[in-house]
Amino acid sequence: MMESQILQRMSGFLPALTGVFTAGAALLVLELLIDADWINAYLVPPPSAVLLSFARVIAEEHIAERFLLTSAEALGTGLLLAAVGIPLGLLLYRLPLLRRATETWVAAFASAPLVLAYPLFLVMFGRSALTIVMIGFFAGLAPVVLKTLEGLTGVRSVLIDVSRSFRLSPAQHFWKVLLPAAAPTVFVGLRLGLIFALINIIGVEFLINFGGLGQLINDLAERYDLPGTYAAICFAVLISVVFFAALERIERWYRPSRSSAEA
Amino acid sequence: MAEERAVPTGSSPSQPSAAAASLSEPLLVVDGLAKEFPTPEGSLAALERIAFAVREGEFVSIIGPSGCGKSTLFNIIGGLIDRFQGRVTIAGTPISGPHAAIGMVFQEESTFPWRTVVENVAFPLEIQGMPKQKRLARARHFIALVGLEGFEHRYPFELSGGMRQRVAIARTLAFEPKILLMDEPFGALDEQTRLLLGDKVLQIQQELKQTTLLITHSIAEAVQLSDRIVVMTYRPGRVKRIVDVGLPRPRTLDLVGSDAFGRYVAEIWNDLREETSRGMREAEARVRGMLHRP
Repeated sequence: MMESQILQRMSGFLPALTGVFTAGAALLVLELLIDADWINAYLVPPPSAVLLSFARVIAEEHIAERFLLTSAEALGTGLLLAAVGIPLGLLLYRLPLLRRATETWVAAFASAPLVLAYPLFLVMFGRSALTIVMIGFFAGLAPVVLKTLEGLTGVRSVLIDVSRSFRLSPAQHFWKVLLPAAAPTVFVGLRLGLIFALINIIGVEFLINFGGLGQLINDLAERYDLPGTYAAICFAVLISVVFFAALERIERWYRPSRSSAEA
Repeated sequence: MAEERAVPTGSSPSQPSAAAASLSEPLLVVDGLAKEFPTPEGSLAALERIAFAVREGEFVSIIGPSGCGKSTLFNIIGGLIDRFQGRVTIAGTPISGPHAAIGMVFQEESTFPWRTVVENVAFPLEIQGMPKQKRLARARHFIALVGLEGFEHRYPFELSGGMRQRVAIARTLAFEPKILLMDEPFGALDEQTRLLLGDKVLQIQQELKQTTLLITHSIAEAVQLSDRIVVMTYRPGRVKRIVDVGLPRPRTLDLVGSDAFGRYVAEIWNDLREETSRGMREAEARVRGMLHRP
């Protein structure tokens, strides 16, 4: 009985353990390939050197400050994406003519390399965190709008009929039926938007040399401190992991069901 | 006593208004109802001269072949379809949209997957603004009524199809409608589960004295549950006959195997067979027409 309980508990951790083991194995293979000179150590630093550089980067490069700045920019962008992207998706859902008129343009906007327009944003918002947030916001907006629209149009008609039969007000219909039913797809949009936004945030920090992890990656690369550069990239990845984990928690809290197929 | 009555009695719908008016104190009256849908080939008559009435506490089923407009009728009575001819009144008041007196149970799975069973059932009470403790207590009462005690905190994906439909029924009952309107609520379930759930619905209906209008294509289900059965024709849907089911109440599942039950089933099947065959012939002709279209 005890054994089966232990096995059951262990099986819950199995995916995470497998992930850690796979990553560890990949890094080990990389280390061996660099050691054997199959990969040039001047292009890709050995994972062990990157690991050792963490302490130095943390102590000498104000990593906490930079991490917080980039995180704050990402948070601001994420909140803006949700506050503007979801209502815009709702607007397109409510106004079919507007949807038909703009859907293609919005989709095209998603693939536009907005980061190249950073001089324009600098002129408009100055050399500040606001420029970075706005570029991140515009880069991530299209997937949030489109996925919100997709989620709302995909709500099963029977749920809308249930809502009508219980005579819900338009606000009740939106908050209690439409949005929870569309939530799995809306959250996919938020995740995609956040990916686009984070890429652009780090990229613009890198380009305009304005604080954050992007600037640090630029500095370390220019100093040809490759292990440090990769360590700084790991911190950028950590921001993404933290935001994704938080988003997953929020989704589970907001819509505690097993799969989007049930929507 | 009534079980001995072997031959079902019926009334002709030749004069719809008279048929509707002949019932004493009807709660729901459908009179001269007609509905057409525009199609690329022209107007399609879905319903024509539909007339019947449902008295308080009565269980009436509407049965007909596929394509006879049963679901259209369900949606019109529920107030989900407007722009129709004729009148639908509840206690004398014409309906013009979803009505507080009507609670609808849909054919498709309609529970909210993000809510637990108790939260699903409490949903209409939450909309009415009932305090949380009170609405959860009421929801538990209706959950018990449909026999789902112990599943209050489960999510719909953890339940079987039949259990989910019971949640949907409990949710509608919690709305405390004067008329429970159900559109083939057990249509997606296997025959044995249908019979058992039909029995459960019957118990609930008898306990609550709930006026119920059931749309179904199952003759056995209609006979098992109903006081009267409205038999419809194939498209355009008209009332072919209204059958008074004289089987005694309270009814149990034992009734399903009885001779009287079988005779009602046979009688209604005779009415439906011709309509179903016509429906199949017309569907085949449509498919042939589509295949030979250049």
